[in-house]
Amino acid sequence: MERYRANLMLCGGTGCIATGSLKVRDALIEELKQRRLEDEISVTLTGCNGFCAQGPILIVHPDEIFYQKLKPEDVPYLVEEHLLKGRPVEKFMYREPLEKTTVPSMNEIPFFKYQVLRALRNKGLIDPEKIEDYIARDGYMAAAKALTEMTPAEIIKELKDSGLRGRGGAGFPTGLKWELCSMARGDQKYILCNGDEGDPGAFMDRSIMEADPHVVLEGMIIGAKAIGATKGYIYVRAEYPLAVKRLQLAIDQAREMGLLGDDILNSGFSLDIEIYEGAGAFVCGEETALMRSLEGKRGMPIPRPPFPVNQGLWGKPTVLNNVETYANIPQIILNGGDWFRSLGTEKSTGTKVFALTGAVNNIGLIEVPMGIPLRRIIFDIGGGIKKGRRFKAVQLGGPSGGCIPEDLLDTPVTYEDIVKTGAIVGSGGMVVMDDYNCMVNVAKFFLEFTADESCGKCPPCRIGTRVMLDKLIDITEGRGRAGDIELLEDLAGDIIRTSLCGLGQTAPNPVLTTIRYFRDEYESHIDQHWCKAGVCRELSTFYIDAEACTGCGACARACPQDAITGERKKPHVIDQTLCIKCRTCYEKCKFNAVKVGPRDMFKGDEAHSTAGREE
Amino acid sequence: MPLQTNETKGGRTMAKLTVEDLKKIKEGYKAERALREGAFRVKVTVHMGTCGLAAGAREIMNVIIDELDKRGAADVAVSTSGCAGLCSREPMITVQVLDEPPVKYCDLNEEKARRIVAEHVMGGKVVEELALVRGCETSY
Repeated sequence: MERYRANLMLCGGTGCIATGSLKVRDALIEELKQRRLEDEISVTLTGCNGFCAQGPILIVHPDEIFYQKLKPEDVPYLVEEHLLKGRPVEKFMYREPLEKTTVPSMNEIPFFKYQVLRALRNKGLIDPEKIEDYIARDGYMAAAKALTEMTPAEIIKELKDSGLRGRGGAGFPTGLKWELCSMARGDQKYILCNGDEGDPGAFMDRSIMEADPHVVLEGMIIGAKAIGATKGYIYVRAEYPLAVKRLQLAIDQAREMGLLGDDILNSGFSLDIEIYEGAGAFVCGEETALMRSLEGKRGMPIPRPPFPVNQGLWGKPTVLNNVETYANIPQIILNGGDWFRSLGTEKSTGTKVFALTGAVNNIGLIEVPMGIPLRRIIFDIGGGIKKGRRFKAVQLGGPSGGCIPEDLLDTPVTYEDIVKTGAIVGSGGMVVMDDYNCMVNVAKFFLEFTADESCGKCPPCRIGTRVMLDKLIDITEGRGRAGDIELLEDLAGDIIRTSLCGLGQTAPNPVLTTIRYFRDEYESHIDQHWCKAGVCRELSTFYIDAEACTGCGACARACPQDAITGERKKPHVIDQTLCIKCRTCYEKCKFNAVKVGPRDMFKGDEAHSTAGREE
Repeated sequence: MPLQTNETKGGRTMAKLTVEDLKKIKEGYKAERALREGAFRVKVTVHMGTCGLAAGAREIMNVIIDELDKRGAADVAVSTSGCAGLCSREPMITVQVLDEPPVKYCDLNEEKARRIVAEHVMGGKVVEELALVRGCETSY
């Protein structure tokens, strides 16, 4: 930046954008151009300065002059006085508040620093039960623009320019989906919203529906106009009562104000939206199954083609998008596709919301630009691993995704790069695991879930996942045999190739990725009967390393079986006949003196009283 | 009742909205909020997503209203909102004193909430040891 003699840092935070900083930016660029200063002075949009009540805020470097509450009409005077004549304009300057504070700003806390809010822009700022709060933050302005100033083709072009891809997991280009449906012939078309968030550990869509329900409605209105739909449904799982309540309230308010219903905003366009509560079957997040469920039938997928854009709900052309996808749309319409592309990578544009959970210190809902490395999310935003433990893997994409190990943590979060690891970006569940997790057990957990949630329609998924699960149970209980890993890989390939829908086609992913990155764990389970993380009870023996033990007695006090004995400050011993392998001592010990050995480590060893053990 | 949560304006009964009406509501509501911020010196937002509610946000809300009532504070608006993002540190509130950046407090209990009302909301002094962060996130 040395070649510029001055840098204008304009705040692009939520607060300042709401008070018009983008207009001020445009005015600045225009004015600098007119005065031929554009090569000397740069204009940059920055993150929030934290002084939202004073926005839009402009900081001029290197003078460090802090201007506040700027309006576009102030700009010519400001540029002339300060930047041309070198006289800072006092009347626009910020006055120091009375008191200084040591409370850190968002830029000083990594959890906030690396986030950029788009889909979550109203998060925590508006009252979700008041439509006026939403309108005051440009709510329904995008719908007004789309309904009164834009043709369906123009809306679709803006979407295609933006590069937005479906945030539900598959990453299908939204603009293309809308275009295909707009071209489909049908007397009736439907616009649907998928709020059937079912991945274990995922809560992105729930939070958006709870915190900002109107943004979902507005996104749907714009989509409906683009494809020519007059009826919409939001499919939400009944386990999300607060989301259902707030969405219903939002629909009622929008209807009352004429933002839903006939002839919206005198545009001649009509749309009504209803909520449909799903009963919580995982497969109903799959688009064709969701549509069957909406029709009142059993939620089961059907083969594609025909695709729903041509024959969807009740056989009519239908677009189904995810909650987060809709939450991005009003901003794209207001700011344009190019603006949306300004964050992210070439093929994965914009931002992505993640539900960050598991073994990290900061658990929560985050929104980051696409392309950010996983390491930054886990160690900066997430604050690293709890209790000073070691990172082992991060699970992305829920039961359809996979586990990514430590040496791939610099992978950028984009649809393409994550797929290369064997996982998927998915809907945004991000479960971080530490070294206390057994990866075979993790794979078993996810497969238990998918085997349970398989709708049973196609045999590869119904029987295949069950056979794989049985194999995994065998391995974790000590009945694993040579060749099991290869058998699992083989089965996984068959299930992926031959299953009817996404559930079966992706169900083996957690198994495949754990085999790919943690094959040694499978092998030690099978060959040595040793679960090194001490999770699989049948395959671990807990013992105390006499050299590391300080005799503090913490383990003995915590042991529910009173299986641990020893004198104070002398090494303790675990009585193997009493031990139930609850892992409490292992987790309690601060000196890493409790170790995990293979199942048979004390076999026949009288000193450890293991004579009575089976086998 | 000296306290008001942001109650709804009369606009609800309006039959058919035009784009102009929408803009008017937007500007009007902003103006109204600015007015309010004139009348209301402080706005306290209680984050009430599922995570907040599970951690006891409703109780925190009641405590804050109770404490403000006791002190007869007429210039404080109490409002609710959704998840603030850091679910593991709920219950959270945001305190915004007029012309100052908002301050987020986390891991609240009744005692901490009463202290924040006394010291920050009423006294204008940020309770630094309980505060998590000031300002708001980047959004562009």
